[in-house]
Amino acid sequence: MGKTLFDKIWDKHVVEKMENGPSVLYIDTHFIHEVTSPQAFKGIEKRGLKVFRPKQTIATADHNVPTLNQHLPIKDALSRMQVEALIENCKNHDIELYGLGHPYQGIVHVIGPELGITQPGTTIVCGDSHTSTHGAFGTVAFGIGTSEVEMVFASQCVLQTKPKTMRINIEGELQKGVVSKDIILYIIAEISASGATGFFVEYAGSTIRNLSMEARMTICNMSIEMGARGGMIAPDETTFNYIQGRTFAPAGDEWKLKKKEWEALYSDEDAVFDAELTIDAGAIQPMITYGTNPGLGIAINASVPVTDTIPDEGERKNIIKALAYMGLQSGKPLIGMPVQHIFIGSCTNSRIEDLREVAALIKGRKKNDAVQVMIVPGSQQVAKQVKEEGLETIFAEAGFVVRQAGCSACLGMNEDKIPAGEYCISTSNRNFEGRQGAGARTLLASPLTAAAAAITGVVTDVRELL
Amino acid sequence: MKALKEIYSSIVPLPMENVDTDQIIPARFLKATTRDGFGKNLFRDWRYEQDDETKPKADFVLNQSTYSGDILVAGKNFGCGSSREHAAWAIVDYGFKAVVSSFFADIFKNNALNNGLLPVTVSEAFLQAIFALPATNKVSIDIEAQTISIVETNQSEKFELNPYKKTCLLNGYDDIDFLLSRKSAIEKFEKELV
Repeated sequence: MGKTLFDKIWDKHVVEKMENGPSVLYIDTHFIHEVTSPQAFKGIEKRGLKVFRPKQTIATADHNVPTLNQHLPIKDALSRMQVEALIENCKNHDIELYGLGHPYQGIVHVIGPELGITQPGTTIVCGDSHTSTHGAFGTVAFGIGTSEVEMVFASQCVLQTKPKTMRINIEGELQKGVVSKDIILYIIAEISASGATGFFVEYAGSTIRNLSMEARMTICNMSIEMGARGGMIAPDETTFNYIQGRTFAPAGDEWKLKKKEWEALYSDEDAVFDAELTIDAGAIQPMITYGTNPGLGIAINASVPVTDTIPDEGERKNIIKALAYMGLQSGKPLIGMPVQHIFIGSCTNSRIEDLREVAALIKGRKKNDAVQVMIVPGSQQVAKQVKEEGLETIFAEAGFVVRQAGCSACLGMNEDKIPAGEYCISTSNRNFEGRQGAGARTLLASPLTAAAAAITGVVTDVRELL
Repeated sequence: MKALKEIYSSIVPLPMENVDTDQIIPARFLKATTRDGFGKNLFRDWRYEQDDETKPKADFVLNQSTYSGDILVAGKNFGCGSSREHAAWAIVDYGFKAVVSSFFADIFKNNALNNGLLPVTVSEAFLQAIFALPATNKVSIDIEAQTISIVETNQSEKFELNPYKKTCLLNGYDDIDFLLSRKSAIEKFEKELV
């Protein structure tokens, strides 16, 4: 029987497997950031250890940084201390840090790929659930907790139980105005926020093959939102073309060798998955969420569910609670509803391609007076491209504010928050209660749908503006 | 890590599904650089009005004196969302020793076990039976036997626990001790990995 892509990479990285227990899994690349690493550094120091393989560890500051005036000291004392602790820890343990002020700084899942650090066939972990983003390059990449960060510091390994495998095939042509964010929101709405728990997902099919690397990253990024341990896509020419020439990508003869190796990274034809489903790309509409988990999404023109008719009691209670928090009514459409904030950013949708799409749509248009629009490039390099390509001018003319790189309003941790009770169409990944700030109401959507609402001030079907 | 063998306690019911780690501990409390003190902010925004500790929400279970104990019981897909281990730290720091649900998110389950917090997965029917209990009823959990029982009614169910993790819990071992003991095998593996 053939092997799945996941099995090929996983099996190659198993140092040893305990009988009836987890495996010791070797990690090629460990990304760290300021929020989930300080306790892990303290942990190994208490044991009198140094980081075992510092050269395989890359650090950046992203979650807890301001996105304005990054040249000034961080105002919030606790945030500043956390960022300073990262600087100190990286120095003590000889770890490369792309911190504030460094030209490579940015959201950890944006900088890894753009620097060419993320390479096919490798294992990648980070103390962040959206580590699955790197799976777009044909890697086994997943989020871990701080105790596991400590394990990687101590041994360059984690103890993991092998997950089951699922393949999601997406076939056919996308409708105009439908982008990769809509694909993943559609899948999560279909199978629910826990529909892939215990599985590692491979995305395949003709639709995926036609997507750019940025679009593939958006899909893999949100795998965790359906409970999956990770998501991945087999590498192909699109992948190789993206990587070639990047800062830390292999070059010369090494490139040729690596590329040959990477070309063997696919699921064998007779490989069997524990679960498999197929999605018709043509059926996908621009999507938006109405509830407080990413599985509560609908087509932009649809109505939110009628709560009385939901058969499962647990689900009914969930949705009633979600609608109360969101200030929405059972059975009513979202289209035409006023929103106050637009956030275009996060590890899901802050790459240059996302911002180019937004710029192309809004060029020559102005934002609605009643909305605030925040564009937060995923990295310093994306920010530089935004300037160089003249997108900044387009955004400025439309009244969109472009900020500096960081996680920003995705998670309600740094200075960028949405006020209680107000609505934000956000290109990020989570709409949990309070995610963008206590009481904030998040509607997840694609960059195009977010940009359309920025122009009209209300929930809008982007196809009307194309 | 402290060894954990059995738990005998009344329960704190949270009959809600998809309790995500942003609810367990909101991101604004993740600025600390130590593992301590997260318990006071456990379920912060469900627990207090307007982020104000002097305004507890009367209808939230942690604010109801009727309910107390070492066991938190919640609806399916508990701990979904962010990988923040702070969620497990907050639950442990508050004083819970086990969380019972019909379904746990993967990363949370690992994080809990790495902190000596026992995640017990039960059937939906058993979960509903626990939710239906009067507040004074006790639940007992035996880690060696891998059983959870409702003391009053004698209802009992087996739960799954990976044998390695079971040994860790019963003896208070952690994964890092184990991995450090495998150092030479890891170094040998590195030489062979191309």
